[in-house]
Amino acid sequence: MAADPKQVSADVSVPPSKPAFWNDPAWRAIFFQVLVLVGVVVFAAFLVRNTLHNMESRGISSGFDFLSKTAGFSIGETHFGISYTEENSYGKTFIVGLMNTIWVSMWGVFLATILGFIIGVMRLSTNWLVSKLAMVYIETIRNIPLLLQIFFWYFAILRPLPGPRGSIQLSFPIINFTHLIITVLVSAAAIFLLWWIGVKKRYDADQKAMPLWMLVIASVVTVLIIGNVVSLVTGFGLVAQWNESFFLNNRGLSYPQPIPEEGFAITGWAVAIGVVAAFFVRRWAKKRQDETGEQFPVFLASLGLIIGLPLVIFIFSGLPLHFDYPKLTGFNFTGGSVLTPEFISLLLALSFYTASFIAEIVRAGINAVSHGQTEAARAVGLRANPILRLVIIPQALRVIIPPLTSQYLNLTKNSSLAAAIAYPDIVLVFAGTTLMQTGQAVEIIAMTMAVYLTLSLLISTFMNWYNEKMALVER
Amino acid sequence: MAEQSIESSGQDLPAEGLVIGEEEVIKIVDMHKWYGQFHVLKNINLTVHKGERIVICGPSGSGKSTLIRCINRLEEHQRGQIMVEGTELTGDLKHIELIRREVGMVFQHFNLFPHLTVMENLALAPIWVKKMPRRDAEEVAMTYLKRVKIPEQAKKFPGQLSGGQQQRVAIARSLCMNPKIMLFDEPTSALDPEMIKEVLDVMIELAKTGMTMLVVTHEMGFAKTVANRVIFMDEGEIIEENEPEEFFNNAQHDRTKLFLSQILAH
Repeated sequence: MAADPKQVSADVSVPPSKPAFWNDPAWRAIFFQVLVLVGVVVFAAFLVRNTLHNMESRGISSGFDFLSKTAGFSIGETHFGISYTEENSYGKTFIVGLMNTIWVSMWGVFLATILGFIIGVMRLSTNWLVSKLAMVYIETIRNIPLLLQIFFWYFAILRPLPGPRGSIQLSFPIINFTHLIITVLVSAAAIFLLWWIGVKKRYDADQKAMPLWMLVIASVVTVLIIGNVVSLVTGFGLVAQWNESFFLNNRGLSYPQPIPEEGFAITGWAVAIGVVAAFFVRRWAKKRQDETGEQFPVFLASLGLIIGLPLVIFIFSGLPLHFDYPKLTGFNFTGGSVLTPEFISLLLALSFYTASFIAEIVRAGINAVSHGQTEAARAVGLRANPILRLVIIPQALRVIIPPLTSQYLNLTKNSSLAAAIAYPDIVLVFAGTTLMQTGQAVEIIAMTMAVYLTLSLLISTFMNWYNEKMALVER
Repeated sequence: MAEQSIESSGQDLPAEGLVIGEEEVIKIVDMHKWYGQFHVLKNINLTVHKGERIVICGPSGSGKSTLIRCINRLEEHQRGQIMVEGTELTGDLKHIELIRREVGMVFQHFNLFPHLTVMENLALAPIWVKKMPRRDAEEVAMTYLKRVKIPEQAKKFPGQLSGGQQQRVAIARSLCMNPKIMLFDEPTSALDPEMIKEVLDVMIELAKTGMTMLVVTHEMGFAKTVANRVIFMDEGEIIEENEPEEFFNNAQHDRTKLFLSQILAH
């Protein structure tokens, strides 16, 4: 009967035959899962039992009591305004290490993102030199081990610098603000007038316009003249005085510390108000465009609100900010602030290294948007800027964000290489010094791992949220 | 902007020696194009009158796509003149912008924006180029979606549509800018056979409205029924140019005959 295929296919009421249970995918799945589960439980039990046995035989008491004991060692640098002395507890050591890790990771992510996007876009440039420069950067930096790069900055560049007395000094002009503002405003008006009369009006009237080189020369001459006239009228120059403010030596980079005076808070509030206002302007502009079709330069307006408004308020509230300049007294500098060589080395190495990967991610993201998209957008008459903003970037971001997240995670975790040059991050001060002194290996390593896990999860959660916001539905 | 207008103003020459007839919407005179050393288009002379429907055919690599892509400056020509609607195509961004507003284009691979819905695809240019209020832009978009007979797909994304529907959306997207000339670059070549007809039907409907159309296609049936003129190109040159009847029944050149025998053989 079974040999007759017609008969079998015609008979609908016969249920499909079941395979033997060892060939049934459902059974196999359950079997292997049970096997893995048993394996994991046995291994975990072994680890716990072994650890407890070892600790008992060495007379180590477990628990977290050590956190409240006095640490007895000092830490080179602290951030986020935390103060720390030898009398503080191991718990405080943990906090300081954690904050130092967050501090360097935060700045690393910030710098790597900016540098990575710039290099990535440069890599796509049609300019041969620019593109090749970016390529050389990427291929060099990402193929040298990160630890070696940290050593390079620390041992080859920063440590061999001369001592404080032989510091490399950078002088900065102290600009006369009133002079600068008057000159900029008047010059801008004059250049606009030049352009308007020489180019725009003639161009609109279909006459031959002023050539570019002539406009550039005329503008430069105008600015020089106006600058000098302003100096004559007000009686003082653009540069009030030159001030030696940055000192680079083998103890780091000393720089002037801004100290807010009374009334500076208003400027701070202006920034906050600017951000909120920019948000509302954006909403208002979108609504107005939907209703009337009129467009509004949201980006420029936001820039004006977030930077311009506080700047104006800062100037009109009487520049309530002064700088505490570093001064060489004896063998070292007092005053100002210092970036330690450890921090600079770690930050530079982490940023440059990660930026080379981010650059490739950005390039891949932009390349992933087919050229047909640009052509179609051009064909309907869109200009370069809206094409980028409305068509290219939304599609490129979707490709860029997920791998960008892993680069942020990498950077954060790689910051643990700080231990190699003694930047006091959590691995050095807690999983290093504290562990050596207390011997509480299990608790300390577990806490340190929990820190990195938490940081990583926080970054992923934020980036996933952002990705979801940006991710484009296509079906 | 300032920089652009300065640079381009020098090239803003009057079109000497070009007499533009009132009905001539495109005039191409002695136009050449090179890709590096490769001479893609050689001595192209072509005049298109208002309402004309021109089919351009030829073997692959003959430069037919490049020719129509020169008309809205997706490709740059190196010698000769192209006048569209009385504006000469030069490096002048203002001219390019003006011409692109008048000329719509449909691509072989649709090139719809995958991250926008059908409605957003259609309304994008009216909102950002014509500065229309969103509601008006969507109204216009809906009108054209009805014209291409898929108003019910407005809320969907391009990825959810069939090839034929996507190409119809692409046609509607171009029409939303209310162009005077439509360029079609092999609009049916990427489609499954059963979807070709729905796209051609839309194009035939469009032809009936009096739209000036330049169509690069291998659909000879379409050429026979819709075109006023058929142009045959080979190796970057216009070899033959005739009314469809004459073109198909009484080709003058051997190369045209060879091409027709190959394409009409099956």
